[in-house]
Amino acid sequence: MDSALIPKGVKRCPIGQFLLWIGANGAVLSWGVFAMLLIYIKGLNQTNMNNAYGFALWIWADLAVIALGGGAFFTGFLRYIVGKDEIKNIINFAVLIGVICYTSALLILGFDVGQPLRGWYIFWHANVHSMLTEVAFCLSAYLIVLIIEYVPVVLENRQIDKVPFFHRLGHNMHEIMAVFAATGVFLSFFHQGSLGGVPGVLFGRPFGYREGVFIWPWTFFLFTWSAAAVGPCFTILITKLTEKITRKKLVKDNVIELLAKISGWMILFYITAKIADTVYWATVTAPSKGFTFMQFYTDNPGSLYGLWILILEIGICGVLPAFILITNKGRKNQATLLLAVFLAVLGVCLNRWVMVLQVLAIPVLSFESWATYLPSWQEIATTILPVAYGVIMISTSYRYLPIFPQEQELNPIDEPASEAQSAEPEPETTDAGPEPELSPAES
Amino acid sequence: MEKENAKKYGMVIDLDKCTGCGACMVACMAENNVPFREDETDKLLSVSWMRVYRLTNRKPFPDTEECFLPRPCQHCEGHHGHSPCVSVCPATATDYDMDTGIVSQIYPRCFGCRYCMAACPYHVRQFNWWDPIWPDGMERMLNPGVSVRMRGVVEKCSFCIQRYQAAKEQAYMEERREIEEDEYQTACTEACPAGAIIFGDLNNPEHAVHQIARPDPKHEGRSKNPRAFRLLERLGTNTKIYYLSSRDWVRKAGDNYLKDELKGKTHS
Repeated sequence: MDSALIPKGVKRCPIGQFLLWIGANGAVLSWGVFAMLLIYIKGLNQTNMNNAYGFALWIWADLAVIALGGGAFFTGFLRYIVGKDEIKNIINFAVLIGVICYTSALLILGFDVGQPLRGWYIFWHANVHSMLTEVAFCLSAYLIVLIIEYVPVVLENRQIDKVPFFHRLGHNMHEIMAVFAATGVFLSFFHQGSLGGVPGVLFGRPFGYREGVFIWPWTFFLFTWSAAAVGPCFTILITKLTEKITRKKLVKDNVIELLAKISGWMILFYITAKIADTVYWATVTAPSKGFTFMQFYTDNPGSLYGLWILILEIGICGVLPAFILITNKGRKNQATLLLAVFLAVLGVCLNRWVMVLQVLAIPVLSFESWATYLPSWQEIATTILPVAYGVIMISTSYRYLPIFPQEQELNPIDEPASEAQSAEPEPETTDAGPEPELSPAES
Repeated sequence: MEKENAKKYGMVIDLDKCTGCGACMVACMAENNVPFREDETDKLLSVSWMRVYRLTNRKPFPDTEECFLPRPCQHCEGHHGHSPCVSVCPATATDYDMDTGIVSQIYPRCFGCRYCMAACPYHVRQFNWWDPIWPDGMERMLNPGVSVRMRGVVEKCSFCIQRYQAAKEQAYMEERREIEEDEYQTACTEACPAGAIIFGDLNNPEHAVHQIARPDPKHEGRSKNPRAFRLLERLGTNTKIYYLSSRDWVRKAGDNYLKDELKGKTHS
């Protein structure tokens, strides 16, 4: 039915199976949309946030998806600025993940504010001293850049490409993509950094506060660096997941390994800086405010914020994946590669969690106690919403766009003779008829 | 940059006098149209510009002591007006007034991002999780000088700024440039039956707050009064609420100290 839209030379599952998959994810998406509407209509009282937890699950989700979406700007940087040619085979997918992550972040921000209709005030009454202002400007601008980077991929759809204008537009956009990639790197550096600055400038919150250079706290640089380091890991993780679901090899190992190697060294440098930052903060910054290091990790309900969280973040999800990824053996072994990228992704998510929620949970006044928080179902549903949206976006893009340039080469299919001889360019061969179930042999 | 002849309104709260009666909280709510709900069990969802904390020395009977600590907005000056909350607001919906030292909140401009709440270590900033619902007839009792706030915005103590504006207008009508100390007093100050709250211009040597707090401008307003302390002074928030207590443990409760610092140390 939709074979005319499917790229040439690749196989896709039957439309019925595809629609079933989209429908299942659509149901989850609808659940999230329902919760979102409840929040828009009834307000933030639908959440379990309170006056102690003004920031909670959503802000964490924002920070996490933006960090994970960092794969887009960093692979763009490697492809167009550094000139790593192999990256062209994964950059489309990295950009797609970036688009999903950034649109998700803006979607969440849309309902996370108490007065959504006043959201534009952040641009109109901008306070240039606020890290959030910088985030809003750069994030919006970078989303536009990401869309510009993604449009040429959409224009490569078989049917759209037939239109001469779109064909030429796509071609010309490819030609100037380095300019947008450079712009994306510039914008990302600042908004990733400013997101780090959000807790870093809070001099009333000793857990989040950091010294730094001029107006930028150390967290500014740590957030940028960690997003650049771990973003590609997320791209690899989702690529592997897509390969598992489609039961096809979509990207050659040398591409994945190159990205993993660069990511590994980046993580190693990041985690070294993070350890240095933690040591300085624990021994100099916090004591100067009257706090001991262990005060931040003890006497909290259920040891939710025990020292284990720091060991997990820095040791298990930082040092370990870095050492796996910088070794040739670690990268070549699929199990260790997957473990490393998963741990790296978990680590950056954990870092964003503590830099949002633990900052607020810790009592600063000596006569207050730890604050606790458990998200409401509305918060959970709206946080899962972007995941369902992402799955639908990836599935649809994968089906109709040449997201993986190496797919055809890695998964050759025998073209039926009738197609080769036919004058019609869109024979119903890709999914029409009783297509056999996809088997591992296809990969 | 502080202006010449600028005022710096602040408070001195004598904790030795405070009985914890809560009159300041009630007066504040009535004066400033602070909304409330039928069920106020969860205090983390309540809006309360003035909150009275109960502190204890954590010693067993018969050595147990307690102290009540009223906590309005601390109106932090930080370094040159760089308050924790003002600097982070992305929409300039809160402001540090260099003429008065008051940290204000512009409700129609606040879009409810709550970054200021995250920035404030005193929890003085509170969010309107619901639209206010006033009991029948109570609308007529609201203070016409204070706008009511809608769902989704942050609010906090304003040092009853409407009273300052009214006093200024009165002085203008009487062709005066300055207002007297007793012409501008906050609702909590007037309501306190023990006279524990004193309000005035910290820059004016004739005002009681200045004479009691004796702020040292060379050390960001740190008090020269050995009985006085400010909350979380070590963070550099440079607040304008000075607390008085004759008890060492109360003064120590105002900030965080390392163990070796606590040995024999009294904050001054």
